[in-house]
This record gives sequence, structure tokens and C-alpha cells, in this order.
Amino acid sequence: MSQITEPGTLQPLPLHSGDVTADTDIARPPSPSLLAHARYVVAENPVTGLAFVLFVLIVAAALFGPSLVPYDPLASNTAAALQPPSAAHWFGTDQLGRDIFSRVVVATRLDLGIAVASVALVFVLGGLAGVAAGYFGGWTDRIVGRIADTIMAFPLFVLAMGIVAALGNTVTNIVIATAIINFPLYARVARAEANVRREAGFVQAARLSGNSEARIVLGHVLPNIMPIMVVQMSLTMGYAILNAAGLSFIGLGVRPPQPEWGIMVAEGAAFIVSGEWWIALFPGLALMLAVFCFNLLGDGVRDLVDPQRRT
Amino acid sequence: MTAPPLLDIAGLTVEFMTRRGTVTAVEKVDLEVRKGETVGIVGESGSGKSVTSYAVMRILDRAGRIATGSITFSGIDVGRAAESAVRELRGREMSMIFQNPRAALNPIRKVGHQLEDVLIEHAQASPRDARAKAIEALAQVKIANPAERYHAYPFELSGGMCQRVVIAIALACQPQLLIADEPTTGLDVTTQKAVMDLVVELTRARGMSSILITHDLGLAAAYCDRVVVMQQGKVVETAPSAAIFEAPRHAYTRKLMRATPRSGVTLRDLLPQGAAPAGATPRRQREPAAPLLVVENLVKEYPRQGVVGKLRHLFTNKLEPEDEKPFRAVDGISFEVGRGETVGLVGESGCGKSTTSMMITRLLDPTSGRILFDGEDIGTIPAKGFARLQQRRRIQMVFQDPTDSLNPRFSAARAIADPILQLGDKLSKRALQSRVEELATLVGLPTALLDRFPHQLSGGQKARVGIARAMALDPDLVILDEPTAALDVSVQAVVLNLLDDLKARLGMSYLFVSHDLNVVRLLCDRVIVMRQGRIVETGRTERVLEAPAAAYTRELLAAIPHPPV
Amino acid sequence: MHQVIKRLGSALPSLIGVIVVTFILTRALPGDPAAYFAGPAATAEAVEEVRRQLGLDRPLFVQFFAYLGDLARGDLGTSLTTGQPVLTEIATRLPASAELTLVGLLLSILVAVPLGVMAATRPGSWIDHLCRMVTTAGVSLPVFFTGLLLVYVFYYLLGWAPAPLGRLDIFAFPPPQVTGFYLIDSLIAGDLETFRAAASQLALPALTLGIFSLAPIARMTRASMLAVLASDFVRTARASGLSRRRVIVTYAFRNAMLPVVTTLGMVFSFLLGANVLVEKVFAWPGIGSYAVEALIAGDYAPIQGFVLTMAILYVALNLLIDLLYGVIDPRVRLEG
Repeated sequence: MSQITEPGTLQPLPLHSGDVTADTDIARPPSPSLLAHARYVVAENPVTGLAFVLFVLIVAAALFGPSLVPYDPLASNTAAALQPPSAAHWFGTDQLGRDIFSRVVVATRLDLGIAVASVALVFVLGGLAGVAAGYFGGWTDRIVGRIADTIMAFPLFVLAMGIVAALGNTVTNIVIATAIINFPLYARVARAEANVRREAGFVQAARLSGNSEARIVLGHVLPNIMPIMVVQMSLTMGYAILNAAGLSFIGLGVRPPQPEWGIMVAEGAAFIVSGEWWIALFPGLALMLAVFCFNLLGDGVRDLVDPQRRT
Repeated sequence: MTAPPLLDIAGLTVEFMTRRGTVTAVEKVDLEVRKGETVGIVGESGSGKSVTSYAVMRILDRAGRIATGSITFSGIDVGRAAESAVRELRGREMSMIFQNPRAALNPIRKVGHQLEDVLIEHAQASPRDARAKAIEALAQVKIANPAERYHAYPFELSGGMCQRVVIAIALACQPQLLIADEPTTGLDVTTQKAVMDLVVELTRARGMSSILITHDLGLAAAYCDRVVVMQQGKVVETAPSAAIFEAPRHAYTRKLMRATPRSGVTLRDLLPQGAAPAGATPRRQREPAAPLLVVENLVKEYPRQGVVGKLRHLFTNKLEPEDEKPFRAVDGISFEVGRGETVGLVGESGCGKSTTSMMITRLLDPTSGRILFDGEDIGTIPAKGFARLQQRRRIQMVFQDPTDSLNPRFSAARAIADPILQLGDKLSKRALQSRVEELATLVGLPTALLDRFPHQLSGGQKARVGIARAMALDPDLVILDEPTAALDVSVQAVVLNLLDDLKARLGMSYLFVSHDLNVVRLLCDRVIVMRQGRIVETGRTERVLEAPAAAYTRELLAAIPHPPV
Repeated sequence: MHQVIKRLGSALPSLIGVIVVTFILTRALPGDPAAYFAGPAATAEAVEEVRRQLGLDRPLFVQFFAYLGDLARGDLGTSLTTGQPVLTEIATRLPASAELTLVGLLLSILVAVPLGVMAATRPGSWIDHLCRMVTTAGVSLPVFFTGLLLVYVFYYLLGWAPAPLGRLDIFAFPPPQVTGFYLIDSLIAGDLETFRAAASQLALPALTLGIFSLAPIARMTRASMLAVLASDFVRTARASGLSRRRVIVTYAFRNAMLPVVTTLGMVFSFLLGANVLVEKVFAWPGIGSYAVEALIAGDYAPIQGFVLTMAILYVALNLLIDLLYGVIDPRVRLEG
């Protein structure tokens, strides 16, 4: 919108400047509250609303799923093995006769849990490291930069494989590995944001007002960075889920018979060539839906918080 | 019978579709440009002056459209013509140059090639002789070594040279009309003059018409034959430039004219008639004593050795001469600021005035030299540790960019209260609130606006918040770093008066950093002229500006556009 | 040249970091290689003896330098499961992975870049909506799931693609080795039959990888193009009356490609990871499946070699991308 930027002020629209009286100039009317703005964003982009509904469903499945599913996800019943979707088994049964629907729903908790845990971990570690590096510079910046660069020197999934292989085949280690490979991204974003604000006018003004550097970082800079980091979190949730599923697919992390979307797809892979499509399809769809939901949500959150970065 | 005008805009209305509905940016505008004439379009932000020219060139944003009215150029109805027809006209019959010349050039393409593109597109050159013609075009805009500069990339050229290249591209195909949209905003005043003189010379020599779009009434009056004044999308007055200053007819034009800083007026004269507060402002007398601020041989050096130099040193153990000398932003300056005095610090970009002001406010550490504040050497206290000292209260600053200097997440009240919370005496919530309201009233900010956030305030209101914050602790010395540069000229008039009143009322000293000599003339008792880190001249304002001793000062003064008065 | 050396220099710390981290990772692997070698019936002393022989009892520093020495000689250890030197096995399998990844990337660039450009130049059109849909859906698809879906549709349902059993049909012979890329080698040998066979096996896995990398490239192209089209210098180009084609190709596209080239680095990171998953789905005999097999068996030398190879490859690729960027953007070249 650079064409209609007029010099003299920084507003992007040729809306006003108002009648300038001797004392004051008229400002824009106060912008709507966050809720009203949220309603507006959803109205303009109904897909965001859909994503939000989906998000609620997924969280509900994670929280209440295990108590509400029709069958025990671990109970095998070889007599009913490899049955296509029917009224009795909505998603069909797998090679051991387990109900796929129950397994898919129960797996929500594990997959979601892994994603939330790893994102929370890297948000704290990466965010703090990045802010410190961006704001204080010097050795902090160099060390954080070195760590991030070393991690980034690896293809990330390969590094995750290596870490889980080295530390041991457990869910905790999947969380740690996912957090580590996301560290550079968070640190980089936090660092860039803190760096921009380090010499910003309001930070200088805060110094003039007698704020110590620590106070400035915590009370002035961090609150400005938070929204952007939250957007980052919602955008990488999807990636964390895919990562965990990918690791499970090649046999790392979660072990059978525990239901998890990735290993369920791996188990179903063998049966695709013989036409039993339902074993791999439903967990795969669940994966896709969950990641899709988080990505859309992330876009929506970003539009809410920082509309200039829209793509 | 006179010939029809080259450009005839009649009843033009331009609308934009936005999130909040349809916005009318330009409403029923009538404008004429005759052959060989230079017309200035003057207005503040939101006046629609740029949008009008975008409509003429048909380069409006996708969301914009010409709702009604006609634009006739050389007999062609440009408003309704097909895109392909208009594209033929663009660059060949009518051209446009913009603000921010470096950004206007393709950063990864040589400037010579960019010139050739235009020449070849409009069949003014064949691929074989395009290069020669491009070099000739560069020579015509007075670029030295045009054959070498042909191969330059925009990042290798200065701002002034980039603007010349942009002008060369615009004039390459000998158009009949040149539209210049704020071509000199952001450039130094001496560069400004050079660019404007060049544009005028080239357009007159070729009998071209031109439109100069600007917010500076003085600039328009000095360089244009006629001036068109716009306000909020409408044309308010059209008159020959001499008449605009001598006998403005419309109230808005009068207000703009009055608000334009120029010689021979006082601060009060800038305000619209009848708006100046009646009676004298109460003045607080400070005890005359030793000067408040003494700066002695202040130096700020930056190491120049970049990565290339370091690598070179590493591999060859050799240092080129330019690698060794550090860059001196401030090269040994000395001056004083007395109590209750306003001292202006003037210079073009890169002269070191901002660095100096940062060092005085102790946001930046000097390399050497003394900064004596009320007798105490504060230069030795590191910047990092200064924030919590009691002296911090006494030196404050008002920033240039009101938007950047306010925390987007703080309300106006919170922003003004910050210094009180950090450095002031402990106050109860109610006492704090009443103090904040007192400050708001002092700077003319309606208390109803105190709960608003920066994005809900206008430019002038944000400036007032910044001023209130600076005054909160009753400082002795306030550094004003181009405080009105980002404001509309009418708002600037009000803010300057406000600053002067505050100084009288509270008995502070000001160090007023600016590049605008006209503003300095109005506000400052003494003035210091800086150039490339050194002080060139200093003395009482009237003396320096009426009878400058240094050649550089004379150059600066000569560069200011003189409206016909 | 100066620039190339500078870039090589900046890649050095990355290489060092990679080697150190790989060493640490594999020393941390669970399981005891000494016990494995000694056999299940070995006594504690025998295991200790084996440990000494393998050098696993020496302090970590010494082991590290021994490791460096081995690397310098090209000795990546020996696979416990196959008994073959890891370097040889990786060298044999690398072309398979490389061919797959490169063809996949090529496919995705050929689709993603035009898609992104057209979406940006025709905002609001059907192609813009298509691009946005493809982008959002594309980043949500797990790559292994896409592969399986493709197998189901194109092999099981439609019968167009051959069985996902590796690079060539069991009845076909690989062409004489020149590059290791079956497509190229068969063309060099003039063997169209083998070319078709190899291509048909390659189709689905390459398509899977292509779909995977399509989304980030298309998204970045569109975003970058949109940003450039709104820039001041494009406005100048338009105001100068340059033709639409000239504005889009010479002025907008080349500038828009800069961030896309930078994104390629990240895309490669994802691709090299996705490679492993795709190789598992399609039984592709590349280094990804080599590593997965070794992981399941707890065989540490191949995993170490795999991670190291992938990382070194990635460092080299990033170097190439840096250089490519320097070719396009003179600011980087000259300001140095």
C-alpha cells in the first residue's frame, strides 16, 4: 500500500488528518476490542472459524477420548481381523482385530501431548535464549548463534533420528529431540525481534525514564515479543506432530501396541499393496486433519495479532 | 484562442475499497496544467495530492478506482483509455518520479541497464545504440563519469545520485509532462536544492510541463508558477505562487501559509489567527549561574575495520590505510548551554548532531572529551549505569519519531507515568493519576485520550505524549531531536509553540537538534552549525542566520527555498 | 574467487560442529558394541578384551582423535549386521537417494515456482486460490502418508505404476555404472528399455517428494512475488511504461527469487529428512533405508556414517545455495 502513504505521518490509509485546531487534532476512533476483532477475522475468513471448531474437537478427543471410545484400543480379536469399515467398526479393524476408530481417537492424546510438550519446552528455552542474544549481544549472541548454527547444519529430521537413537527409544526423548530441532527457529525469531527493539525509540525512552536493562527486557521488550512468539508456537505445533509421527513411522519412540498415528500408518503400510486401505488411511487422515487444523489456527492467530505479515 | 491545456483534470473523484468500507481519497478535483507550466500541488497528509497524480498515471493500487470525472492528457481521455494505450503514454509522454530514490531503482540491476530498458521499450533507441544514449542521459542529469556510472548498482550511489538517475529515467524519452511526488523529502537541504534546480533547468530547457507535489508550501511557491492547495481530497485554492503568500484567499491556505516557518515571523505568528493564547505566559526565572551544560572536546569514534579488512590482515598481515583510521562521527567539539537558553544544533545528515545529542543524554558513551552537567563530569559515568542515577531525571529527550518512541503496549497514561514510577518519588495511585492528568493538560492532550494506545492516537497527539513524558520529572535540560520533523506543518506550528511555552513556564534549557534552519530561527537563542563531526560556526541566531561567517552556513542558507514574499 | 573462499571458510565451523555432535551422539548410543561383538556367550573378561581391542575403553578425548583420524582416512567403521565397511555401502547407496531427491525437487520447482508467480500476478483468481489451497494442504500432509496414498491409487487401484519394490523391476538389469543415476546411465548407454523401467519405478517416490516440497516453495514464491510487486522500484518500472512482461520477468521475478533461493536451504533440510521416510515406503535402496535398518538392529557405525554423510551433504548444498545467491544478488558479491 506504499502508493497512498503520505509523508508527514505514518498512517497507511488516506483517511484523515482531521481538522487541525489550535489545540488538538482529532484521532481515529478507538479500535474495537480483541473479541470484536476476533469475530471480524473469523467472519472474513470462515476457514479460521472452522479450524477453531476442529481444534476444540481435537482437544476434546485428547481429553475425553479414552473414556468414550467403544472398544479397548489394545484388545485384540483375531477373529475379526482385517475387516473393512462397517457399522460395528467405523474405521474397520487391523491385523490383530483391534478397532481402528478407538485406536485413532485414543492416539490423539499421545500425539497432541508430545507436540504440546515439545513446543512448550522450545518456546521457553529458545525464546529466552533468543531474547537474551538479541538484546544483550556480545558473547550471549555468539554462543546462542553457535548452538543454533550447529543444529541447523544438520537436516533436522536426520538429527532428530540421531538424538532419539542415541538417547533411547522413548516418548520423552521424542519430545526432547523435537524441541532441539526447533530451537534454532525460535531462537532466531526471538533474537530478531529483540534486536529490532533494542535500539527502538521506546526502549531509549525507557532508559531515559530510569528503567534498568533487566526491567526493560522483562517489562518493555518481552510483552511486545510475546504475540509473535505465540504465533510461532501455533505454526510449529503442526510440524511437531508430523515430526513425532515420522519418527514413530520408522520405529523410533513409540512402541507397539501403544496407539499412535505414526506407527498405525506404518503397520497399515504393509497392507496397502493388498488393498486393505483402512488400516493406514484413518490414522493418516487424523494426522493430516490435526496438522491442518493447527496450521490454519496459526494463520488465524497471526492475522489477529500482526496483520501486516499476512501471506 | 488559447491552446487547450496539456493536462485537464475535471471533477475527478477517486475511491478506495478498504476493510472499513469505501474511502473517498479525492473528491471533485479540477486541475489544469498548461504547456511549459510548473504547477505545485500542496497539502498535508490525507489531502489526496499523491493519489491525484497516481490517477493521472493510472497506477492506482488495485483497491482504487476512478469513480467519476475525467483526465484528459494531450486530448486523450486517460481515465477511460485501455491499459495498453496508457502504457504507451507512461514514460514516453508523461513520467513520474517519487520519494526515496534508492528504493525506486531495481537493486540488482545496473542503472545503465535500467535506463536502456526504458529507451528500448519506447523505441527511442535500438539495442545497439541504447548504451550510448543511456550514458548521454546520465550526463544530462550532471552525473560525473557517466560512462563508469553506467555500470553502477543503486547501492553504490549516494541518495542524491540515485535521484538524478531516477530523473534521467523519467526524462529519457523526452516526455511532455513530469510529475514529481515529494522528490526531495528525506534529502539534505543542499541536495534538495541541487535536485530541484536540476529538475527546473531540464524541464524549462525542453519546454516541459511539470507538477510538483509537496507538503512544503514554501518549496512550491519558490519553484512553481501556480500552486494548487488541497485539503482532505478537495482542491481548496488555486493561485499564482506570488499570490499564495501575499494574498491567500481560503482559510486553510492562510493557515498553511502562516504555519510555514520562514524569516520575518515569530513563533506566535505560525498559529492560525486568533488561536494564540492571550496574555503573556507565566515565566519561571532560574537563578543565573554558571552554564548548565559544558561540552569540551567531545569525540566519538567508530572502528572502521570491517570484515574484509580483518580478513586481509589475517592473510597478508597488511593493513590498507583506510582500514586503520577509525571513523570519527564527532571530532572534538566544544560548546555550552546556559540555563533557560535554547540552543540549536544544526547540520545535514551525517554531521554528527544526533550522535552528539545521544552522548549528552548519556545513551551513548563518548570516546573522549568531557561532558559537564551543572559542574559535574557525567561523561565518565557509563551509559549502562546512568539509568538509575538521580542525574537521569535532569536530562531528558523528546524523540523525532513519535510512533517509534512509544511502547505499542503502553497506554498514553502508562507511558507518561513511566519516568515517575522509575525515578520519581513514590506516589499513591491517585496522586500518580492526578500528576499524569496535570502533565497531559500541560501539553494540551485531552485527558480523555489518556487510556488510548499509540495506534489510536494521531501524530500530533503522540508527539504530545512524548513531550509530557519528557517533562514528567521537571528536568533541567531537554534535548529535542527533530521533534516535529515527522509532523504536518500545521501540527508542527502548534507543537513548536507548545515547546516554547513549556520552556518559559518550567524554566528548562533546550538543545534543539534540527536540519531545518527556518524552525531553528524561530525557537533558538543561539545556534551551532555542524558539519562532518566538527563545529563550523556558532553564535546568536539572528547573527548567524543574517550574517553568516562560514561558507558552509552561507551554503545552507542559500539552499532554503525562498517563497516569493 | 575471494567470495568462494570466504564462504568455504564460513562452512568450516559448521563442519566441525557436525563432526563433534555426531561423535557425541553415537558414543551415547545405548547398547554395548563390545558385548555385541564378543557374542552372547562371552564372559565379562572377554567383553572387556573386545572393548580394549575396539578402543572403547580409552578416554573420550583419545577416542575423538582416533575418530578424526579414521575420518581423514575415509574409514567410517564397519556395519555389524552386514560386515561391510560403512563407507562402501554409503557410496553404493548414495546415488539412489540423490537421484530420488533431485528428481523430486526438480518436479516440485517446475510446478511450484510458476504456480506461485501466477498466483501473485493474478490475485483473487482461481489460480491464486488453488495455490493457497495447495500450500495449506501441502504442509499438512505427512510425506509417508502421501506415498502410501499414491501407491494405493496408482498401483493398487489403477495399476499404472509398478510395485513399490525399489529402483528396478526384479527382472531388469541396472545400466553400466557411470554416474550411478539410472536415468542418466541408461540414456548414456542408449538403453531406452531400462530407462523406461527405471523411470516408472522412480515416478511415484519422486512424485511423493515433489508434492512434499511443493508447498513451501510455492508459498515462498507467492509471498516473495507479492512483496516485490508492491515495492517502489516495480512502481517506477510501471510508471516508466515498461511492458507487463518486462516488469514481471526482469524486475519482479529476479528480485523475488532471492528469498526463494534462501528458502531452498530449509527445503533441502526437510527433503533430506523426508527422503528417509519415502525410502521406507517404497523400499528404495538408498542411504535412508540403510540407516533405518541399522537403527532397528542397533548397529551404530552405519547410523554414525549416515548422519555424518547427510550433514556434510547438507553443508555442501548450503554452500552452493550461498554461492548461487551471490550470483543473483550483486549487493552480496560486491559489498562483501
